[in-house]
Amino acid sequence: MTGYIIRRLLTFIPLLWAVATLTFFLMHAVPGGPFDAGDKALSPTTRAALNKKYGLDDSLPRQYFTFLGDLAHGDLGLSFQRARPVTDVLKDGLPTTAQLGICAFVFALVFGLTLGVVSAVNQNGVIDYISVLFATAGAAVPNFVIAVFLVLVFSLKFGWFDVIGWEFGNPRKMVLPSVALGLFPAAYIARITRASMLEVLRQDYVRTARAKGVTEFRLILRHVVRNALVPVLTVAGPIFATLITGSFVIERAFAIPGVGDAFVNAVFVRDYGIIMGTTLLFALIIAILNLVVDVAYGVVDPRIRF
Amino acid sequence: MATAEQAIVLEPRGFEFQTKQYGLWAQAFQRLRRNKLAVMAGSLLLAIIVMATATSLVPALEGHAPHEQQFEDLQSSPSTTHPLGTDNLGRDLWARMWEGTRISLKIGLGTQLVVLIFGIGIGAGAALGGKWTDNILMRFTDLMYAFPDLLAIIIMKSILSQRPWPIIGTGDPQLPGLPGALIQVILAIAFVSWVTLARLVRGQMLSLRETDYVLAARSMGASTRRIVFSHMLPNTLGPVIVAVSFGIPSAIFAEAVLGFIGFSLPPPTASLGTLVSEGQRYYRANEWMIIVPSAAIAVLMLCFTFLGDGLRDALDPRTRR
Repeated sequence: MTGYIIRRLLTFIPLLWAVATLTFFLMHAVPGGPFDAGDKALSPTTRAALNKKYGLDDSLPRQYFTFLGDLAHGDLGLSFQRARPVTDVLKDGLPTTAQLGICAFVFALVFGLTLGVVSAVNQNGVIDYISVLFATAGAAVPNFVIAVFLVLVFSLKFGWFDVIGWEFGNPRKMVLPSVALGLFPAAYIARITRASMLEVLRQDYVRTARAKGVTEFRLILRHVVRNALVPVLTVAGPIFATLITGSFVIERAFAIPGVGDAFVNAVFVRDYGIIMGTTLLFALIIAILNLVVDVAYGVVDPRIRF
Repeated sequence: MATAEQAIVLEPRGFEFQTKQYGLWAQAFQRLRRNKLAVMAGSLLLAIIVMATATSLVPALEGHAPHEQQFEDLQSSPSTTHPLGTDNLGRDLWARMWEGTRISLKIGLGTQLVVLIFGIGIGAGAALGGKWTDNILMRFTDLMYAFPDLLAIIIMKSILSQRPWPIIGTGDPQLPGLPGALIQVILAIAFVSWVTLARLVRGQMLSLRETDYVLAARSMGASTRRIVFSHMLPNTLGPVIVAVSFGIPSAIFAEAVLGFIGFSLPPPTASLGTLVSEGQRYYRANEWMIIVPSAAIAVLMLCFTFLGDGLRDALDPRTRR
């Protein structure tokens, strides 16, 4: 297993190189440079001086190799807009984005699993229909629309939560962004859990367990849910990845200063360093989560060997 | 011992043979017709498409032009003159909603058209072409999977915007009903979406290549072109249609996100995502500004999702009930 993990970690290097290369040429294909835009037009000499300072007057291949050399040392350069190292900006934003992503993920797991289990146990009952309806509707409404409606109802009408912001440990600021971000994956998880539960409920060992007199509660919890979890695990990794990388919409809706928000601003002002840093960070997170899922398979299902 | 004659005698009387033969597509259509939810979603969708087209052609249905500003009537609630009220600049929300719906529909369908062309072309090329083509495609799809989707769409959109190109830029000529900025959004979303379809078509083609009927066709001397176009391509269509029907709502969603963060069409043209983003700014003054576009997005996406579910059940032989 250790050998497998090390081999997989080594494949990250060409992957990140490829992502970095693609991003580099894509973002340099965006018309204009970082010092063209802005409220005040810079004088040509100032702009030339700034371009020279940041190495933007070099030829593109030259910039590319300088960038690769710096990247190999873990240096992502400076953010043009904020005049700070990119790594610092990411370090500021990442905890917030990660907290938001984890909270949304936990919400999606708890809510989705509960809903899926309850509706499978009451198959074709009223609860089942309600939760299937919710799961379908939840998968069809964009998360920023959900965010707006949550704010409209729970912040403005009832005043239970704050309209904007994020503060870890403060429920007034945490609940709405987490729910808005997590509702879509919750609906998805509920669908998968329900289908997988129904499949397991028909297995022979469930009938055996029932026949030997296991109580229904214990049967569901120990015999059915455990076995129904494997397909959920498969999607948990990609879901978590999309929660982290897709959180910028919610970050914008609630004015949360995370990594995603920094990315969107960076594209507007062509802040190359931040664009590159965010993309690489997200690609790395996706790769790591895929690896974690693959390893977790082996733990859950002992038949899988590496 | 039962002989052949006895077997014929034993055949039950009054049994009528089914004389009408149903093809694959007719069977699929019958299954789809039995799915009430899918039929409802499909009919509603048809009504929406008709209404969206009609409002652009008949000014009386639209009431007011979507960009017409009436400063004496700002942030008004629904009334007889403005069925859904007006926005912060006095523009009619009913007209704005239909304009946004038209854009969303164009983007959903347009994106999938581009995805179909590239997805099928490249997927089939990889499966039937040499190892080299296949390898390049698979490495590229791996790369695209590692690349965060929405980030790629945002970067692509900003690469394409503010270009003086004809048709897909700001330059002349422009296609009627399809402004350059709209095509840019379509291309940006298609750029990340074709990969999934290409992979699907490649997989289908690879397995179809080994089927007996392809072998039979080849042994009868059919040309490669004939085998590909009249035997293999029609058989990939089922999964492709399902993929496309789910691709439409995700394209609409992607555009709504672009509009929400301000990367979609330039004002005053408003997509549903832009309308939500405007509504979010002004909902304290007029809740209708946020409710109308949000509901429109939700209805549109729900319709496509239910129709997609129905199509999947109808076309995928494994889920036949």
